[in-house]
Amino acid sequence: MSAANAILGRPWIWSFLGAGVVWLAAIAFTGGYGGGGMLTAALSLAVFMVVVGVGQMFVITLGPGNVDLSLPANIGLASAVAMKTMAGDDRLVVLGLAAALLSGLAVGVANYLLIWALRIPPIIATMSASFIIQSVDISYGRGLQIKPPPGFADFANIQLLGIPLLAILTALFAWGAHVALHRTVWGRSVTAIGQNIHAARLAGIKVEPARFATYALCGMLGGLNGALLAGYFRGANVDIGNEYLLASIAVVVIGGTSVSGGKANLPGVWGAALFLVLLLTMLNTFGVSAGVRLVATGLIIVAVITAAGGEREAR
Amino acid sequence: MTAPAAPAAWSAGGTDVRRALRAALPALSLALVVAAIAWLNPRAISYFGFTLMLNLAIPIALATMAQMFVIAGNDLDLSIGPFVGFVCCVSATWLRDEPWLGALTLVGCIAIYAALGALIYWRNLPSIVVTLGMSFVWQGLAILLLPKPGGKAPVWLQAAMGVKPPFAPFPILAAALIAAVGWYGLMRTSYGAILRGAGGNALAIRRAGWSLLNAKASLFALAGLFGVLSGMALVGITTSADANIGNGYTLLSIAGVILGGGEFVGGKVSPIGAVLGALTMAMAASPLLTFMRIPPDWQVAANGAILIIVLAARVLISRSEAQP
Repeated sequence: MSAANAILGRPWIWSFLGAGVVWLAAIAFTGGYGGGGMLTAALSLAVFMVVVGVGQMFVITLGPGNVDLSLPANIGLASAVAMKTMAGDDRLVVLGLAAALLSGLAVGVANYLLIWALRIPPIIATMSASFIIQSVDISYGRGLQIKPPPGFADFANIQLLGIPLLAILTALFAWGAHVALHRTVWGRSVTAIGQNIHAARLAGIKVEPARFATYALCGMLGGLNGALLAGYFRGANVDIGNEYLLASIAVVVIGGTSVSGGKANLPGVWGAALFLVLLLTMLNTFGVSAGVRLVATGLIIVAVITAAGGEREAR
Repeated sequence: MTAPAAPAAWSAGGTDVRRALRAALPALSLALVVAAIAWLNPRAISYFGFTLMLNLAIPIALATMAQMFVIAGNDLDLSIGPFVGFVCCVSATWLRDEPWLGALTLVGCIAIYAALGALIYWRNLPSIVVTLGMSFVWQGLAILLLPKPGGKAPVWLQAAMGVKPPFAPFPILAAALIAAVGWYGLMRTSYGAILRGAGGNALAIRRAGWSLLNAKASLFALAGLFGVLSGMALVGITTSADANIGNGYTLLSIAGVILGGGEFVGGKVSPIGAVLGALTMAMAASPLLTFMRIPPDWQVAANGAILIIVLAARVLISRSEAQP
């Protein structure tokens, strides 16, 4: 009884349960056919949501109003930067990944400077930044369908016993982020700032360095995601990151992280990413049209958040 | 005795000046954009020029007002863009072919908005997530209704948006009317004060015996109403609809509210500022950039830069207001 309560009391368990239910519904529809393949595909696509979701989670945990809306533009630019640097050559893969990380880092630093130096609310700051990044991307990667080197594309698609290699690496990364959140000075600073920035400042927490590191990290993860997406889908383009604006926020919040900050949950990001991807897979197997799929996705997001309920006022 | 009073009076005067400056900032930034256009192309400053340049200002101003009501209650509506798009699709199909069905659908949309507000309050939900979900719903419904761009706006709607009043261009008159209605309703009526209070100090409003549930539902219903008006105005101008037509309005409307002096928390919003912010966004978006001969690739970036400059100016003024 108490053990069951302890498990059910964890906010992330619901997203995994939801993912399981959706998966079972999809298999029931196909009569048990393709269940494993469905999981493999879901893991592959969930990886991209988790990578940006983790970055977004740290940013949102910084407190009310903190959110990174520049992720889609960032991902688009980094995918072009990575593919151009790699230039289709397997020997330049590491250099290309480094370039993508740097491009993302530059975006993160620019976001932070707008927020810190000009005191612009993060929502508007990252949105304005994304306009500028979009233009840079359009004029930089104009009209080029840039292919990844074959070795990198294969790497992004490798599977070990049906489990994508990227998913394993991302799981390790997520575990590392979980430890960083709960066990490092930076992670605990982020949580403290989200709970009460004034109290954090009075307690001697280095607020600005922690905020800087968080936006920089989110930018770098966006850059990394751009490179990985270009490898997985075998090509970079301006719109490659578009769906990750809503997805990155949705996985964070469905996963049990508080939108008002100060309470983060890492396993939930994985659960929510799997849930969203499997939900789309299920609707695809049902063979519904694009419109119905969108309506169903939206209604299910609203239903999930309503069932999970908001935060209680008392802490 | 008079010596200590003098600096106090002086500093109070200084604060007043800064406060006035801050309140005037939305108007100043609009004036700056208009001045830039006048300098680059004097012929644009005419009845016909403004009618053309402010073509899309009415739907943007209405969507910004919708967003303003939601922000007044400390929430954020990420679905207003797709919602405007859905209203466009309804207006270009049902409202034209079966007016009763169309009108009923649009009224139903406002009811759904009110219900969302009630749900957000009742379950204490993050509005960002709920409206994020609803943005998928509106987009999906729009695609179901109009899978391909098309439809046709009702003739009366096209006629209404094509009015050419004497002296002042229609978009400017319409914007003034929208601002006046919003200002009177939210800043001058007693229930408007309650609505703003729901964002400013919810506890005080509840202790004073007002229903926060009603306040939240009213704010969202007003957002829905202005969203419907925005969609109808938009389709009256474009004459045909497209499921993705309104998608840019989400960010545009948030930017307009903030440019107009609104704050994300605390129920601090300004209807007149919001309309001025929307006009600035509409003017800065394309007419100014075309006259500056900025290549199409960089127009989006110029938009972002304008937003950053205006907000930075505003912050500098508010900071000097807070310090003394």
